[in-house]
Amino acid sequence: MNIIALIKQTPDTAKLSRTLNGLQLMADGQPRIVNPWDEYTLETALRLKEKHGGKKVTALCLGNPESIEALRTAIAMGADEAILINDAALANADSLGTARALAAAIKKIGAYDIIVGGRSAIDGNMGATAVQVATLLGVPMLSYVAALNAVNGGAKSISVVRAMEYGRETVTSTLPCVMTVVKEIAEPRYPNFMGIRKASKAVIPTWKLADLGLSAADVAAKVTWAVDLPPTRDTNVEMIQGSPAEQAKALVDKLMAAKII
Amino acid sequence: MHQNNPMSTQPITRNSPAHAMLRAAVRDFVQTELDPHAEHWEKQGIWPARDVLKKMGDLGFLGLSYPEAYGGGGADYTFNAVLLEELGHAVPMGATLGICVHTDMATPALAQHGNEDLKQRYLAPAIRGEIVSAIAVSEPDAGSDVAAIRTRADDDGDDYVINGSKMWITNGAQADYLCLLAKTGSSGGHSGSSLIVVPTNTPGFSVSRKLDKLGLRDSDTAILSFDNVRVPKTNRIGEEGKGFQYQMQQFQRERLAMTLMSLGSMERCIELTKKYLKARKAFGKPLGHNQFIYFKLAELISEIEALRYLAYECVSQYAAGQDMTRLASMAKLKSGLLSRQVADMCLQFHGGMGYVEEYPIARYFRDIRLWAIGGGADEVMMEVIAKYEGLGPKGK
Repeated sequence: MNIIALIKQTPDTAKLSRTLNGLQLMADGQPRIVNPWDEYTLETALRLKEKHGGKKVTALCLGNPESIEALRTAIAMGADEAILINDAALANADSLGTARALAAAIKKIGAYDIIVGGRSAIDGNMGATAVQVATLLGVPMLSYVAALNAVNGGAKSISVVRAMEYGRETVTSTLPCVMTVVKEIAEPRYPNFMGIRKASKAVIPTWKLADLGLSAADVAAKVTWAVDLPPTRDTNVEMIQGSPAEQAKALVDKLMAAKII
Repeated sequence: MHQNNPMSTQPITRNSPAHAMLRAAVRDFVQTELDPHAEHWEKQGIWPARDVLKKMGDLGFLGLSYPEAYGGGGADYTFNAVLLEELGHAVPMGATLGICVHTDMATPALAQHGNEDLKQRYLAPAIRGEIVSAIAVSEPDAGSDVAAIRTRADDDGDDYVINGSKMWITNGAQADYLCLLAKTGSSGGHSGSSLIVVPTNTPGFSVSRKLDKLGLRDSDTAILSFDNVRVPKTNRIGEEGKGFQYQMQQFQRERLAMTLMSLGSMERCIELTKKYLKARKAFGKPLGHNQFIYFKLAELISEIEALRYLAYECVSQYAAGQDMTRLASMAKLKSGLLSRQVADMCLQFHGGMGYVEEYPIARYFRDIRLWAIGGGADEVMMEVIAKYEGLGPKGK
């Protein structure tokens, strides 16, 4: 079985002051990380290889040249190969354009059995790309997978548990398929030192749109949006000192002064 | 000992992508596997060395610069330096000191001078994180004065019979083996001692008691007793009578390790303080807008950066296989002095909040105090430096 892990590099939203420009969450100069949901993607892909008879894990990422670092992390965690899709025409791609490029790259990779993605990326938060990849490839889509029941590469079948708001669903599907995973699937591993050394020396190919047989028009954004962010709130922390009784009195005074009680 | 090449003309690199990835991985490990347990371990008075070391061993963190033949990473010392700097950021500093003892104090002499059998039986499982190690040098009457140790390992056929006691032994209550310095000859002073690997399940060995310390309370520091402890002579590290010399080499690495850890810990202390000074308001403005406070912090941060580059020079020299005793002693001295200043000023800037255990600064203040005492006290570092400078009675 060949496993493809779709990963994305995103801004570290914990350290981000949010500004929006068109479709992209702009974060120039901000630290970038592997999309936290994709750490589960990678862990799932690696477990499919280690415990369910997988042969090879390929990490695939569409992003800017710096995204190569996310792919190095994937190799450090245990991915066998990594490929970056980077093209200026993809800079403002929407999820459909992204899915088209990913699907073309997956076809170029060739043999695949399971394509794994995260439930969404923390920047765009659409959760749409993997679904569109499945549609473009014409294979089943298993979303919100929380557990792997059984995977049979020979019989080309898979049984998974989906985490739904109302409960759990057990779904059986044929392979190949695309699945997106949620947090419960498995705790992501740390990269080990041997993996880090391997990753630091790895040569990671970059594919352009032309390598995928696509044109800029094929991936041009079809969707535009405007976002209203809630106004930022000015919060203050004030430490009240004194004995517990004094603190309680001071707190009540302040809450009354603020007309909260 | 580690993968150094004194003949190499290649400059030592400290900032490759592999260094950055290791740094991120260790930081993640510290924040996920160590920090959340800081309070619990402190209350227990011990850290779970076996569990933590096994996790780190699985990740290859315990033998970064040891040969691959023993399960090490085969990398140069600069990677180990990254590990130590990042471990320094951890809240449970007793646990990280215990880890540091395992990687940088109890294993270097074994790796460099131990026989093959000894390395397979003790170094390899230590690197895998399957066993816990400790370095047993100090005694009740011989701390910094290493040549004055009294614990003896007497010759008895193919064995040594060990009698005596050791004090201030980090990991002492849970170590599986000790790298022990004991007298092996009749001559006193520097030439009559040897380093011996002593498994702690040997009859006659006992932990007298765990010490109740001011800080680093999550670390088990113990007094150990040896009553006719019999170990085969093949457990000796290197040549008989060279223990003092080997230990002096091992001390270099110990001093540098403690300096590197202090950099991470001081950085954490400054960050905590910066955050507090922004949030805390007094007299209608954030505390951090007081010129005295931000000038003082600017000064301390500059000193930390100066120490960092001194430490990095030691790392480069050590990775290149050079003797860095003089600079490492200076770095360790500066680390002890500066850590105390940073802890003291940061606590002061927290006011009353710095004096209560709800805030992390109080614990840091207690924990970091060891840095001017352990691994060679400030005064011992001054003696070494003075000797190099031709000062004092030992200066030439």
